[in-house]
Amino acid sequence: MPVYNLKINGKSHTVEADQDTPLLWVLRDHLDMVGTKFGCGIGQCGACTIHIDGSATRSCLLQVSNVGDMEITTIEGVSEDASHPIQQAWKEVDVPQCGYCQAGQIMSATAFLSQNSNPTKSEIRDAMSGNICRCASYNRIERAVELAASKMS
Amino acid sequence: MKQIQSPSFSRRSFIKTSALAGGGMLISFNLFQACKPEAAPPVDISQLNFNDFNAFIKIADNGMVTIFSPNPEIGQGVKTSMPMLIAEELDVAWDNVHVVQGALDTKNFTRQVAGGSQSLRHGWEPLRQTGATARQMLINAAAARWGVDPSTCTTNNGIISNANGDKLGYGEVVKEAANLDVPENITLKNPKDFKIIGSDANNVDIDKIITGKPLFGLDYKEEGMVYAVVMRPPAFGNTLKDFDATEAKAIPGVHDVIRFGDKVAVLAKDTWTAMKGKKALKANWESDEALENTEGHDKILTDLLNGTEFNTMRADGDVKKAFAEADEVVERTYESPFLPHNCMEPMNFFADVTAEKVRLVGPIQTPAGTARRVAELLERDPEQVSVEMTRMGGGFGRRLYGDFALEVAEISKLAKKPVKLVYSREDDMGAGIYRPSIKYKISASIKDKKITGYHLKEASVNSNMYGLIPNFFPAGAIENYQVDVANYTSKITTGAWRAPYTNFLSFAEQSFFDELAEILEVDRIKLRLDLLQKVKGNTDERIQYSPERLEKVINVAVEKSGWGKTEEGVYQGFSAYYCHNTHVAEVADVVLENDVPVVKKVTCIVDCGIVVNPLGAKNQIEGGVIDGIGHAMYGDFSFKNGEPQDKNFNTYRLIRINETPVVETHFIESDIAPTGLGEPTLPPAGAAVANAIKAAKGIRLYKQPFIKHMKAKAPLG
Repeated sequence: MPVYNLKINGKSHTVEADQDTPLLWVLRDHLDMVGTKFGCGIGQCGACTIHIDGSATRSCLLQVSNVGDMEITTIEGVSEDASHPIQQAWKEVDVPQCGYCQAGQIMSATAFLSQNSNPTKSEIRDAMSGNICRCASYNRIERAVELAASKMS
Repeated sequence: MKQIQSPSFSRRSFIKTSALAGGGMLISFNLFQACKPEAAPPVDISQLNFNDFNAFIKIADNGMVTIFSPNPEIGQGVKTSMPMLIAEELDVAWDNVHVVQGALDTKNFTRQVAGGSQSLRHGWEPLRQTGATARQMLINAAAARWGVDPSTCTTNNGIISNANGDKLGYGEVVKEAANLDVPENITLKNPKDFKIIGSDANNVDIDKIITGKPLFGLDYKEEGMVYAVVMRPPAFGNTLKDFDATEAKAIPGVHDVIRFGDKVAVLAKDTWTAMKGKKALKANWESDEALENTEGHDKILTDLLNGTEFNTMRADGDVKKAFAEADEVVERTYESPFLPHNCMEPMNFFADVTAEKVRLVGPIQTPAGTARRVAELLERDPEQVSVEMTRMGGGFGRRLYGDFALEVAEISKLAKKPVKLVYSREDDMGAGIYRPSIKYKISASIKDKKITGYHLKEASVNSNMYGLIPNFFPAGAIENYQVDVANYTSKITTGAWRAPYTNFLSFAEQSFFDELAEILEVDRIKLRLDLLQKVKGNTDERIQYSPERLEKVINVAVEKSGWGKTEEGVYQGFSAYYCHNTHVAEVADVVLENDVPVVKKVTCIVDCGIVVNPLGAKNQIEGGVIDGIGHAMYGDFSFKNGEPQDKNFNTYRLIRINETPVVETHFIESDIAPTGLGEPTLPPAGAAVANAIKAAKGIRLYKQPFIKHMKAKAPLG
């Protein structure tokens, strides 16, 4: 079985996995990093969103063999102590209900704000529309992204 | 309001205290049931077990309070709001309270939990009693040390004071308090003195959620476990004729392929390999009878509605006579599809079945019932079966059913290994326990411009409305009133879905009254308010909605939404409903963008009694409204030859952030015991939007999803 060296949250990890294994399952089952969630497996819900070289990417569709030496960032790498402005905003607004989709929401929001630090409401709604929240905490996600933008600017 | 409080309810029988070996006091208690007389409270925090007690409060000698809460969290916030009730009466600062659910990263106690589905409403009295009892014991200990009468002592945020101005922190007297008798006759606070109840508190798990810590069932792992993915019959009504596992078994990492009943489990080293193994299975399916189709359901339900075979759930006066004497009869039919729950966390569960015991871990709303069913299935002594609950990535009713726990128990027994069962999204959507497709026919008789009769008929799949639903509004408001139900037995599994029955009944009824107002040419708010006047003073015990409380939410909704005073181009729709003991009114504001109706705002007025945690309560309300709109607009699910036609989110549409209105919430101030919030704001949302679309486009909607039935005339989004 092939062996891969992955750069995750600034650290190097060696894993042995079938080449077609989605990065999602490598993170969850092989590396015990379970913050990245499984929701649909077809890139439709956004629960598995991570960053690849800073861009929001669906880890359920990215095969481990295609990662190469790209930098992977997961929810565990945003900050360990919830001190990142986006996490702070999520906390202030008290976004989660069941909480399952929120890691993916935060990863999408982080990547989006790094490209657009002063977004309009409608830009936020468009940027976050790839992430489903079944509890429909959408009003708060919108407010938290706005708040995070103001914290980061 | 009914309290869950038996005559034998006494603090002595449900609370025991002990001094902890490592310092501090432990209050061990049982909510909703008495402790076993022989139950001994632990003296070491590492030995907490949930067999004899179902919750614990530790007060450390530094005054910090830890509440060990066994309550499952689906997302409705009870893990935050229930400890708030304890902390309020204990009189400690919320910042000094730490809530532990025996989460996955906590290895120092095991959990055996019962009564997971108890709501805030049921906990209101006993949780406050527990906090107040502990507070009194601490006061008694301090008073004894000072040699003063306990009644002369007061508390404030964890500090006890006496009339001489002496002060002692809770932590300083825990040792003595732990050994005192549990006092009776505790007085609870007057609601006007609440400090924690009614104040905003963050979700207690928020740090773990936003940093990606293991919390959910899918995150649960044990040494030596294997992953299982199951192939189930693709169609309801299929049985497994035979299968070939040669290719599946050839995949490196696939450990085993096991048939159980009509299902086949693939066991593998990880989830992905198990999923690949399942895809490689080749199976032949058969069926004895014709398989079901949505067209067939449609005809069957229509025939039921037009037929004569009904169970009458409530009958007042003489509906037949009222209809015979009417000037006009208005009759409308409302139709809804099946709906999957689609919890974001797909179904999953862990089981370790050994000769000695059966250990189950995962997201489940009914641990006790599930343990019992697993014991029956495996023919084991129920004492050997334990169910541990994890946080749940959504429930919506789906996790009331332990089908997935039964599956994994059987697989673990056959494989003789600890097994983690994982559903793919396709498995989750395809093997659902769906909201049944339902049709309502509502008829009203009109005589001299007054509604004289109301006849509601329900045709549903597998089951019908239950409990007090037939006694909801407009029961009591119309002299001749009848509710009839009928159902068709299907092979498709159906069950509870957020706000069962009322999730669609409310749409039908509140759309109907809106239309009746138009036909009668009366103000649509006045029509509702006039009907409610007739319910006032009604002594029928089955009628539990309060006309006064419903009237109030309606009037406040008119005021807060600017009803009738909106700017040009904004169209409003009104809806008001009572269910789950909570009264709600909603106004939807719709605008036309390129002639397409878009919901911009929903004003939601809620009377849920005392609001324990406004921050969490508003979250539930916002979610309920948007969920209600999402499913009314887009939720569609059909069957062809017994097989669900949608399997994943590429074709099944859930509402997304760019389609959501802003929800503006207002609470009715109240000193009445709190009622539930997880469900009651969902049912009125669909009608509020449909009534607004009628105002905007002149199109009256009778079927869900709206998007499908409006497409021809006015495309939606």
